[in-house]
Amino acid sequence: MCLGVPGKVLQIDGMDATVDFFGMRKRIRLDIVDVPVAVGDYVLNHVGFAIRRIPEEDVAETLALFDTILGGPEPEDDLMVADVLGEIDAAGESPTNDFRSTGGAPDACPVFLPQQPQKESSDE
Amino acid sequence: MNDLQQLRFRDPARAEALGEAIHEVCSEIGRDPITLMHVCGSHEQAIARFGLRTGLPKNLDVIMGPGCPVCITDLPEVDEGVALALQGVKVCTYGDMLRVPGTSLSLNDAMARGGNVAVVYSPSQAIEIARKTEEQVVFFATGFETTAVTTAAALLAGDVPENFSILSAHKYIPPAMEIVATMPGSRIEGFLAAGHAAAITGSGLFEPLARKHRMPIVVAGFEPLDILAAVLELLVLVRDGRNEVANLYPRCVSAQGNLPAQKILWQVFELEQGWWRGIADIPDGNLRLRDTYAHLDARKRFDIDIKKLWSHAPHELAAQCVCGDIMAGKCQPTDCGLYGTKCTPDAPVGACMVSSEGACRIWQQYGGRPDLSEVG
Repeated sequence: MCLGVPGKVLQIDGMDATVDFFGMRKRIRLDIVDVPVAVGDYVLNHVGFAIRRIPEEDVAETLALFDTILGGPEPEDDLMVADVLGEIDAAGESPTNDFRSTGGAPDACPVFLPQQPQKESSDE
Repeated sequence: MNDLQQLRFRDPARAEALGEAIHEVCSEIGRDPITLMHVCGSHEQAIARFGLRTGLPKNLDVIMGPGCPVCITDLPEVDEGVALALQGVKVCTYGDMLRVPGTSLSLNDAMARGGNVAVVYSPSQAIEIARKTEEQVVFFATGFETTAVTTAAALLAGDVPENFSILSAHKYIPPAMEIVATMPGSRIEGFLAAGHAAAITGSGLFEPLARKHRMPIVVAGFEPLDILAAVLELLVLVRDGRNEVANLYPRCVSAQGNLPAQKILWQVFELEQGWWRGIADIPDGNLRLRDTYAHLDARKRFDIDIKKLWSHAPHELAAQCVCGDIMAGKCQPTDCGLYGTKCTPDAPVGACMVSSEGACRIWQQYGGRPDLSEVG
């Protein structure tokens, strides 16, 4: 409950955003994010709310911890992994798609699957 | 993404340099022990998971304070949730709360007795549940300021159904740091502040605390090297007698914090004194709903009778539990006579063994401070 989990904003609809978390597409709220968010930005999610827009130059470093802990062996038995997956679950089901349909934890976390359709602005 | 491996805080040379510098500064300080406290379950997870204590000097103790929001939820607060569930109200709460013991029953016990309890991941989910039912739905809201602000935002988002209310057990961590630091016998010389709570409040919030109690405070991230770098910075401040605040997690924390979130937090909640389980009565340690939101306050809406729960016998081992002393930094999980034998993750006696953010639970999973004296 102390951890915010980073994800990439794919789509914005008022105060709702569709966000990609390590291949899982979820919906979070933007009510309390610190600065305005655009498609392509990365945000930290805490219990279904974005609490911080991650500065672009810091994105890779912020993702790295999650890359490590989600990519490790036996994720189901790990407290940190369980907490991170809990935070991701706190985000609502996305109206468009849920990439978890195959079930289980993401095992290829650094690969951001949904790169194609929602890209309305460049992230560079 | 392979270049992630090349990031600066994954650089083994940097880790080694940090380790050496930590040893050097600790020997310059010379005291034994030098005690630093962190106040975040995720920090303890990272420290234990990545085995960071293995490489620390013998005269350095990095201990966990009251940083598990589930664990510090007080017994009568759990009792309130249990009483509501047993009187037929649907109580929604975070999963970690289920097995946390109240005076005699946990919410899990309440469920076994026919109580109405549902697990949610977010306040919005609890509101959704209320929207789909005629029942009275209470969100048993736990967590520190980072989580409280989401509860506040969910209420302010509008369209809260009539049958929804909040039982707030939200806590505000800075006053608790102050109380723990000034307890008689406290050896704490500096704090690592929790990164994501500080994302809301800002690192500047800790300035008065650092000055008043002559205690440096460093905001830390969660990467192993983030934590080591913050420990080193804190040790340098201790060595030099500089009672300052340093922010070593600027990619998520600014000096002023998240201003829109602070506005929402203080619009809905105000501070009041309250007990933190087994630790102390903390002035300004609890977050209660402001009177403007009295209509959403479960304590005002329902007659919650927790006294009848007090006639049940508490867990027979509960009197021996030292969770409070562990969270106050007075002892470690392994100092508890129940730890790992009569209190285990499968059959927890105390709150610290229940939650994934509790020190005892984390040490059971990853090991605590390994004794390498025989390894050499």
